[in-house]
Amino acid sequence: MSAPRDYESIPGTYVYDAERGRVGYHLNMFCMSLNDPENRKAFKADQAAYLERFPLTPEQKEAVLKRDWLGMLRVGGNIYYTIKIAFCDGLTFQDVAGMMCSMPREEYAKMMMAGGRSPEGNLFKPDASVENK
Amino acid sequence: MARIVGGIACSHVPAIGAALDKGNAGNEYWKPYFDGTIPARDWLAKLNPDVAILIYNDHANALSLQLIPTFLLGTAAEFPVADEGFGPRPVPKVYGHPKLAWHLTESLILDEFDMTIANEMPVDHGLTVPLSVTCGQVAQWPFRVIPLCVNVIQYPPPTGVRCFKLGQAIRRAVEEYPEDLRVVVYGTGGMSHQLQGERAGFVNREFDQEFLDGMVNDPEKLTKISHTQYMRESGSEGIEMVMWLAMRGALGPKVREAYRFYRVPTSNTASGLLCLEPA
Repeated sequence: MSAPRDYESIPGTYVYDAERGRVGYHLNMFCMSLNDPENRKAFKADQAAYLERFPLTPEQKEAVLKRDWLGMLRVGGNIYYTIKIAFCDGLTFQDVAGMMCSMPREEYAKMMMAGGRSPEGNLFKPDASVENK
Repeated sequence: MARIVGGIACSHVPAIGAALDKGNAGNEYWKPYFDGTIPARDWLAKLNPDVAILIYNDHANALSLQLIPTFLLGTAAEFPVADEGFGPRPVPKVYGHPKLAWHLTESLILDEFDMTIANEMPVDHGLTVPLSVTCGQVAQWPFRVIPLCVNVIQYPPPTGVRCFKLGQAIRRAVEEYPEDLRVVVYGTGGMSHQLQGERAGFVNREFDQEFLDGMVNDPEKLTKISHTQYMRESGSEGIEMVMWLAMRGALGPKVREAYRFYRVPTSNTASGLLCLEPA
């Protein structure tokens, strides 16, 4: 039994499901390779050349090279994996979280200190049909 | 006979481990969190368990997308602390309990839970942070630990009701074990949080409070929460709370709440800590 993808109506969320797993596998395995210090060194020395070791699509390569964190999620990236690129760059989770929601670092930190992003208005996409709710 | 003497639900936010490891636990940001963990530590020390069955998830450290076991049980005598890309956490090595772990494996599989068996495996912050929170900074962990790793990285994770039933099967298995052992069960992760997308930073206090209450009084109600409901109402990574239900299933029908602590924010997360005893 395959469940309906009713989570598509959640705003600003990229569920790493079968569809994303199918297209994102190699992108995420590239990220996994950065757990190894030798690989991190090779990646930093020549990023484009290092990416050639993995069968990535042009869109995936571009998203990595541009550090387009949202773009990576759209082409099959899984946050637990793509964050390894950020750690390799010396960024923190909070830096990347801020970039994904287009908030300056301080503003994002302030939002968390004030109790996080509120559920109000953030449970359904604005265009989610009434039946979806 | 072995018996379950306590259950602990605990967030495993990596920043908690980093705060301890870097000596920042006493600063303005972290002190309120660590102060809130002290009663849980005292409670656990008094409970004096021999073994913990620790239900957690790996974060692309021991496992990758190459192999994705839904439920995995660690049968090794020891588990090294994983290097998560910036050196292993400076915490003691984790010693397992192979005899009980193999008994659990056999018992669970014959009870229709198809466990993957890990004879060698590093353990990451998903396992070591809850130990640090509840045992503090120690030279050696005060009990043996059996890692039980659940997939929550690739959708779909096992359902809440499946996890709850796994917990019930763990209880049956522990009670069949002939040696006198005091066992605690950890369910880790949560509470509401979202690490990805434009909705990153999502926190839902109301959901979390109801979940904490349900863990004590009405876990059956919590087993009806669907995956979409978790992701929508507790954030995409809040779905980790299915692991709390596995712990709750292991505690039996009635519990006594020994301690509860909730704090926002803990890094990007609403953190929860709940100590239960079978009643």
